[in-house]
Amino acid sequence: MHIKQIGIAGTMESSDIMIRIEPKETKGIDLHLSSSVMQQFGKQIEHIIQSTLEELDVDAACVTATDKGALDCTVRARVETAAHRAAGSDQYVWRTKQ
Amino acid sequence: MRQLRRSMLFVPGNNPGMIRDAHIYGSDSIMFDLEDSVAVTEKDAARALVYQALMSLRYGKKELVVRINDLSSGLGIEDLEAIVRAKPNVIRLPKTETAQDIIDCEREIARIEADAGIEVGSTGMMAAIESAKGVLNAYQIACSSKRLIGIALGAEDYVTDLKTTRSDGTELFFARNVILNAARAAGIDAIDTVYSDVNNEEGFLREVELIKKLGFDGKSVINPRQIAPLHKAFMPSEKDLTKARAIMQAIAEANKRGSGVASLNGKMIDKPVVIRAERLLELYDAANIIPIEEV
Repeated sequence: MHIKQIGIAGTMESSDIMIRIEPKETKGIDLHLSSSVMQQFGKQIEHIIQSTLEELDVDAACVTATDKGALDCTVRARVETAAHRAAGSDQYVWRTKQ
Repeated sequence: MRQLRRSMLFVPGNNPGMIRDAHIYGSDSIMFDLEDSVAVTEKDAARALVYQALMSLRYGKKELVVRINDLSSGLGIEDLEAIVRAKPNVIRLPKTETAQDIIDCEREIARIEADAGIEVGSTGMMAAIESAKGVLNAYQIACSSKRLIGIALGAEDYVTDLKTTRSDGTELFFARNVILNAARAAGIDAIDTVYSDVNNEEGFLREVELIKKLGFDGKSVINPRQIAPLHKAFMPSEKDLTKARAIMQAIAEANKRGSGVASLNGKMIDKPVVIRAERLLELYDAANIIPIEEV
């Protein structure tokens, strides 16, 4: 998935996370996370953001994430939405629940 | 055990906090909404959020319903592509006007189920009737699919279609009766509309008493505060429970004697009396198996 514009998803409300994804000219993900639960869950949130981008085949992007205590599923959903918006794509891949 | 649908709690599909907490309020069903509570610009975000929540959160034994956008909007199909794969119990189709609306939606669900390796037919459906045309077609709608677990009245759009507004319930009397009779004739549930003035508990309770008397199975709610009084109103009274138990006891004793006729306090017990007593005890039992911490 090629990031070609700024894509934003989520809100600053409690239990949500705001994700901003921007194009980046060189390969790699630059991730800047701030979180109200940074000490306890910072690493885990970063991991979810990175792995979701990997699943979407995003290999170059600047990501700014402002977390307000979002659950893992909310982080995944907001990253997916922001990435699709940034790529100008509505081609989501929905897996089947096992 | 029968699935209770006394309360179906609407949860806005783009609100992570409410999605996380939806199960703690004790409603019988949780209804994640992708339609009216979601801004047009956030439809994609809400769809992804509800999908991810259904994929990973556990809501115990609660019935999980997702209200999708109507298929003619173009959003409904996209909703189905995501949501059916996350296996909610029921898909609620809004603005149902004809049996064909349900048939069209069912065809899409069946296609996605087959694509996704989900047992075809395992996703339930529910139809919301929100227009004069829908009300007049209620029976055909109710009979249009084996997947249908119920039909519901959506009053705000309906009264607008009738060129009136919501008041004391007079304006909904015809629609409620038609929808209820259609549901009963089809053997499915009838769910009443929301009561949107959440601060008017008295008005809410009056409406609950009315729909209970008419025969509805339950009601959609938009605020968790409405759940407890709604459930209380639907609980059988001690007097009714005692009478129902006595009726069933008299029937059991008559059966033991080999007699086809039972009586209680000198009155013969007719079959409809037995059916009502059975239903009442079934409702009581179903309501009492819900764990205390969830009520």
